[in-house]
Amino acid sequence: MPLIPTIGLEVHVQLKTRSKMFCGCAVEFGAEPNTRVCPVCLGYPGALPVMNRAALEMTALTGLMLGCAVPEVCKFDRKNYFYPDMPKNYQITQYDQPLCVGGGVPLNEFAYPKDAQKSIVNPGKTVRLTRIHLEEDVAKSQHFESSTGIDFNRAGTPLMEIVSEPDIASPEEAFAYLIALQQILIYGGVSDADMEKGQLRCDCNVSVAEPGAPLGVKIEIKNMNSISAVRRAVAYEIERQIAAVQKGERLVQSTRRWDDDSAQTFEMRSKESAHDYRYFPDPDLLPVDTSVFMDEVRTRRPELPHEKRDRFVRDFGVTPYDASVLASEKALADYFDAAAKSARKPKNVANWIINDLLSALTTAEKTIVDCPISAHALDELVNLIDAGTISSSQGKEVFAAMFATGAPAAQIVEERGLKQESDSGAIEALCQQAIANSPKAVAEYKAGKLQAINSVKGQVMKLSQGKANPVVVSQVLEKLLAE
Amino acid sequence: MDLTSLSISALREKLVAREVSPLDALDALDARISAVDDKVHGFLSRDLALAKAHAAKADLSLPLGGVPIAIKDVINVTGEPCTCGSRMLLPYRAPYDATVIAKLRAAGAIPFGRANMDEFAMGSSTENSAFGPTHNPWDLTRTPGGSSGGSAAVVAADEAFAALGSDTGGSIRQPAALCGIVGVKPTYGRVSRYGLTAFASSLDQIGPFTKTVRDAALILDVISGKDPMDSTSLDQPVPAHTALLGRDIRGMKLGMPREYFIDGIDPQVDAAVRAAIRHYESLGAEIVEVSLPNTEHAVGVYYIIATAECSANLARFDGVRYGHRAESSGLLDHYGRTREEGFGPEVKRRIILGTYVLSSGYYDAYYLRAQKVRTLIRDDFTRAFAQCDAIVCPTSPEPAFKLGDRADDPLKMYLADIFTIATNLAGIPGLSLPCGFAEVDGKKLPIGLQLLGQPLDEPRLLQIAHAYEQSTDWHKARPGL
Repeated sequence: MPLIPTIGLEVHVQLKTRSKMFCGCAVEFGAEPNTRVCPVCLGYPGALPVMNRAALEMTALTGLMLGCAVPEVCKFDRKNYFYPDMPKNYQITQYDQPLCVGGGVPLNEFAYPKDAQKSIVNPGKTVRLTRIHLEEDVAKSQHFESSTGIDFNRAGTPLMEIVSEPDIASPEEAFAYLIALQQILIYGGVSDADMEKGQLRCDCNVSVAEPGAPLGVKIEIKNMNSISAVRRAVAYEIERQIAAVQKGERLVQSTRRWDDDSAQTFEMRSKESAHDYRYFPDPDLLPVDTSVFMDEVRTRRPELPHEKRDRFVRDFGVTPYDASVLASEKALADYFDAAAKSARKPKNVANWIINDLLSALTTAEKTIVDCPISAHALDELVNLIDAGTISSSQGKEVFAAMFATGAPAAQIVEERGLKQESDSGAIEALCQQAIANSPKAVAEYKAGKLQAINSVKGQVMKLSQGKANPVVVSQVLEKLLAE
Repeated sequence: MDLTSLSISALREKLVAREVSPLDALDALDARISAVDDKVHGFLSRDLALAKAHAAKADLSLPLGGVPIAIKDVINVTGEPCTCGSRMLLPYRAPYDATVIAKLRAAGAIPFGRANMDEFAMGSSTENSAFGPTHNPWDLTRTPGGSSGGSAAVVAADEAFAALGSDTGGSIRQPAALCGIVGVKPTYGRVSRYGLTAFASSLDQIGPFTKTVRDAALILDVISGKDPMDSTSLDQPVPAHTALLGRDIRGMKLGMPREYFIDGIDPQVDAAVRAAIRHYESLGAEIVEVSLPNTEHAVGVYYIIATAECSANLARFDGVRYGHRAESSGLLDHYGRTREEGFGPEVKRRIILGTYVLSSGYYDAYYLRAQKVRTLIRDDFTRAFAQCDAIVCPTSPEPAFKLGDRADDPLKMYLADIFTIATNLAGIPGLSLPCGFAEVDGKKLPIGLQLLGQPLDEPRLLQIAHAYEQSTDWHKARPGL
């Protein structure tokens, strides 16, 4: 019998609040160590936690975006264990009454790794969520040669834990889950969700078993620093477990550490040494009545990536692939929405964004937010082309100038005298001149070699200094040569 | 005239009349402390220079302008020690003011002196202080009670005009009773806990020790109220606690809980409390018998909830960020040695007990069940208050006991709080005031009368206490030191 993997993810997300979870200290990265601290986040005697309402609201918003239920009451508990990065030696977290329950993350085709998009096993899959809860982050330890320093600036940062059901069946699905989740978190403005910056951290529970059999022994893997590292680590772990089981080894419940350099996992601790966290309700905090803020939070739910993608296809006639590229980032989607609104052919606007604008931005090391061409300006350019006022090759030139100077398309067209010649009378004169100059090509065309017309057409374009409307040129040439 | 024997109200009159200055008051206290505190050992430390600097700027137009107030060594005052009676916090200096301290300062008061206490407020005799016990000013061979024994003793011995303490299971009321002064544990949430080093968060409350009921009202006016830094503080308007003082208590119903008048209570205490109740009758109050049937479970429930909470609250004392740090090799050794050296035996006992009751497999049987019984205890009081305006009973089953008498018997020590613990579990306010003396070995030992009220009913409790105080002389007696 083949062994199949079962994977569940626990994702920790740092929320983008101004202040910490239980005190007024600023949430700020890169500050001088231990300068964003106070008696509360340092666990001083007598200090008490006070809940950050914005963090509660952002978590509830995340729940709404992911289709979770938000119970009317949630509460906070103490999770007890000793570690130097934990100021109180207990963490305030949510044990049995989390802020959000249920929900799911829909996996879209384009969230999968590029090399796996052609072979998606279960298209349209949604990974169910168990819960989302809110807690405080710990401090950051820095190990020196003979000592360890602790920076408490991070201690107390609001941290949201998103726990999935064991619904994930492959490393590629784990990858797609994280990409899709990350997109949604960024869309909601709840986190920048950058794994490399530690704003999103992921622990994976992996087990293998025969199909239909009860789940195998759960092994947790930690210490992946990117989404592709998660894919690699899960793939490695599945292989390792399958090989072990096939060799007749008995796996034990344990936690393993991924080492990206050697591309292997190593055991950190087994279940025997697991903590008893002695959870109990935090007497310093009252249970939270979520109904106080839910009505307002509901008004903040944004249109989600997959919803935007569907609308772009439906309303603007964009291909599903282009739609998902445009919807991949909220600022980009907003840009497209603004440009497409007044476009003659929204699909052409999409093409200009995807083929020209994005690469120009990449080359210039800019993002859509500081794009020198406004959505409206791009729309004007595309409309000039679609109206036949300028040719599309002229359009490229105009685009480059717009990108460099920020000037509107009409102005550049005017300044450079780029207007496309569409007057068939004027074009006819040029065509006759070109026919007269190309007896050989004309003869070949008349003899049935139809592509010979292209060299005549090239002549016309040259004579017009590129301004002749190529469509009109073709029509006129065909008419003249048919005579 | 001896300034130090004055009440706050009397001192304020002299200050406002410019008969004396705040500096005079401080000097008088300092002299008194120098004279008697060797015997009493009510203070762990005091910074006269700092207090004088504040006194020089005191605004006498404020309600407590120029009044020095002693602080139990568990409440943070910027720049001062806050040892909590523990070696663990010997090197610690508070970097911030507790909310009550900020409020006292805003009302013109001057925090002066750090009062001794049982380590981390765990105890009923102040013998668990790592820095030696406090002695009862009425009989130096006896305990002042605890855990706020230092606060009670320094007020009784005229080393302070008033003091702040904290009450988790009786730690204000019991020492107030044993030292013959007034002590109030306010309604849970009435006074901010921000800056009070936590013992048991759901039970702790800060309150005043004073020589008179009116003084207690004055301090409660200042320290009560919602604090944005304490989520458990109540968002309720603060009434004038002096408003009802002097009003007639005729027709008021006082409940005598049957379970608080039991065998085993000291006969002299029993007699004094019954006499006080008859006195209330003579003042026009109606005495009704009430029942608090779950009283017998209170001590058990308390020692589960309080220890569970303290096991987490005291986890922060690990020598990493502040406080005592042991010489060690490796992380586990660091934790082990630091906490072994830093904590005394009673604190360790309670941390172990609390860790046990929260452990996986035992949580439901102990902690969860205790919470359920706690609700029953609260319901007992709700039912009782349907029949009476306040409850009247002894504060402590006995007068001050000998130092060293109970030190080796924690269970017997725990019973010192049998009449005070249920109040904290129910979150209601309680007050102790002097109601007589027991004669033991030729010494007069104060006896306390306890009044318990409905949540936020402090003004009426004070009214009832004041009516008794003003028609008796017990509060005027001073220990002969």
